[in-house]
Amino acid sequence: MTKDKPSTNDKKTGLSRRQFTGAAVAGAAALPALHPLRLARAQAPVRVGVLLPRSGFLSAIGSACWRGAELAPGILSDMGLAVEVVGADTESNPDTGRTQAERLIREGVDMLVGCFDSGTTAAVAQVAEQNGTPFVINIAADPAITEQGYQYVFRNFPKAPALVTSGLGSINNLFEVTGTTPQTTVFMHINDTFGTAMSRGIQALAPRVGVPYEFLDTISYDPQARDLSVEVARARALQPDFLMVVTRLNDAILLVRECVRQRFDTMGIISPGSPGMYEKQFADTLGPYAEYATTSVPWFNPTSPVTAELQSRFVADYPDQTFELNPGFTFEALMICADAASRASSTNADDLVAALQATDIAEHPMYGGPIVFDEEGQNPNIGTVVIQIQDGGPVVTAPTDIATAEPVFPVPSWADRG
Amino acid sequence: MLPLEFYFDAAIKGLLTGSVYAMLAVGLSIIFGVMRVVNFAHGEMLVAGMFGAYLVFTWFGLDPILAIPIVAIVMFVFGVALQRGLIDRFIAAPEHQQFLLLIGIALILTNGLDMIFGPDARGVIVPYAFSSFEVGPFFVDNVRVYSAVTALALIALLYLFFNHSRTGKAIRACADNNLGAQVVGLNVSRLYAITFGIGAACAGAAGCLLIMVIDVTPHLGADFTLLAFTIVIIGGLGSMTGALLGGLLIGVSEAMAGILIQPSLKSSFSFGLLILVLLLRPNGLLGKRPS
Repeated sequence: MTKDKPSTNDKKTGLSRRQFTGAAVAGAAALPALHPLRLARAQAPVRVGVLLPRSGFLSAIGSACWRGAELAPGILSDMGLAVEVVGADTESNPDTGRTQAERLIREGVDMLVGCFDSGTTAAVAQVAEQNGTPFVINIAADPAITEQGYQYVFRNFPKAPALVTSGLGSINNLFEVTGTTPQTTVFMHINDTFGTAMSRGIQALAPRVGVPYEFLDTISYDPQARDLSVEVARARALQPDFLMVVTRLNDAILLVRECVRQRFDTMGIISPGSPGMYEKQFADTLGPYAEYATTSVPWFNPTSPVTAELQSRFVADYPDQTFELNPGFTFEALMICADAASRASSTNADDLVAALQATDIAEHPMYGGPIVFDEEGQNPNIGTVVIQIQDGGPVVTAPTDIATAEPVFPVPSWADRG
Repeated sequence: MLPLEFYFDAAIKGLLTGSVYAMLAVGLSIIFGVMRVVNFAHGEMLVAGMFGAYLVFTWFGLDPILAIPIVAIVMFVFGVALQRGLIDRFIAAPEHQQFLLLIGIALILTNGLDMIFGPDARGVIVPYAFSSFEVGPFFVDNVRVYSAVTALALIALLYLFFNHSRTGKAIRACADNNLGAQVVGLNVSRLYAITFGIGAACAGAAGCLLIMVIDVTPHLGADFTLLAFTIVIIGGLGSMTGALLGGLLIGVSEAMAGILIQPSLKSSFSFGLLILVLLLRPNGLLGKRPS
């Protein structure tokens, strides 16, 4: 039940038209004032290699990330920051990611950004460290990546345990707010690096967070699965109150489709922090069956002027797409690179690393505190929000200070939606 | 412990999925059985068929099952042209040259589709996409039932074609004794072109059925080529009945692995089955021993 019924393009961003227009105007006015070096003389742009899975099974999400990279040079230029983006396709394959990273370094990029999935990011982090090239991770949650003492690797995305802790906490909060507490769940997750890290995190942290429900079964599956009918049938046989999932995009669509076909009704499908269910293609493909899918996830801050500017340009350049976390975090990673290069006034790797270590960006698109990096190269200030698909697009239902809609839980049955 | 009917339910789902897999594998088996050419672009042809069905659905609103004749004819013409233009020149070439040629064709197809359609997944939502038949405690979705029935009907048609039509018998004669076929005056080159066209049409038809089950992206091809190979090797290279049996076996074994072991091990279960068959019956379950 939305407080503010959104419309047209901006309904999918979780902002009303009035909020969006106001924020965009404020953002456009405030943008040049956001960066302390706005009056700095023009300098040669820092060349950043952006590694993303733009083909292969992760291509849809990789393309979404790439849109953020395409927008970055123009917006950052208005902020007095110069960046040149050099794209490379990891083909959803860690080995290709490694090769592409080596190629970009040979071709003389100053920094690397990427790679969306943890497996490829871990491979590229090794290459970056071996070659002494600063690497800013846009999205990847496997904690091991920044826990190996790397000097050149920085991550502006939560680690899996942080995602899990905040995700499980948000789910508990959802139950409290809606006054409905399920007793049982089945946990279904992809078995790639990210999914396995999330699964381990959930097993370890669920007792500590104090979840009120029992895990009846944990079902892992291949993220490139062609068919999830048996997996869903297995979950259905256990009759859980709700379904907890860690997905990518294609398998999220398959999973919900199977739930509908097998008339597997639960109180809801909830992700403690994974891609898939907030993406445009998920809602477009599943229509009414995508409604009320809930995800706890790092998200953009709809009240930030930088977000408003980024969002308005995104809507102008990609009217058929939805602005969400993938372009947001990719833009932010490039913003971090450009900011570091600007402060370092150099493209020397060690100078860039020193500048990255001293990063402190208060105004940025994604929800959370200032962007800073701890001794591991991890930004500890990233916040998470609860997203639910309503009226065909993702809306923020928690935390209350930036929420644009009320959460719906339990959700209507499949039969009541078709 | 899961209830017993659950295993039965999984086996039915596996059989239905396996029927569509069999449709894909039959095309590969026919091409190899007759021409002794391993079509490494078979999965990519399937993906082209999926995109064909997607386009027909998007432009004309035609159900992918009804689009099969259109897509199959287009793929048949494509297959004939490919065989006449390229593959025919490599028929007598060493196998590694044939492999490289077909891998090259696969790469061109994948990247061509990528350039035309982009990397985003595309799907077809037919009116019965979310419907299912309720039989006692089981739910069997309409899409799988219709796909499986269509696949089995098409395989039966192919069987009739190869056993009762003059062209089909001539193709079988080429497969059994190439030299003998030439001696009696059969136009082997033309029959090879028809065979490759039929193989490509099978891949296209399987693509029409699969687009209703999974969304298509240009890079799906390699996985399906591998799947088709696994099925054909298990069933027996060159055997149509073997391809059908292999498809059903893979479908059921993947489904049962999903409940007996762990769903993430489904694929490894198929490959385990492949290794077992290679060890015990190197020519496949219904494959002929080399004379």
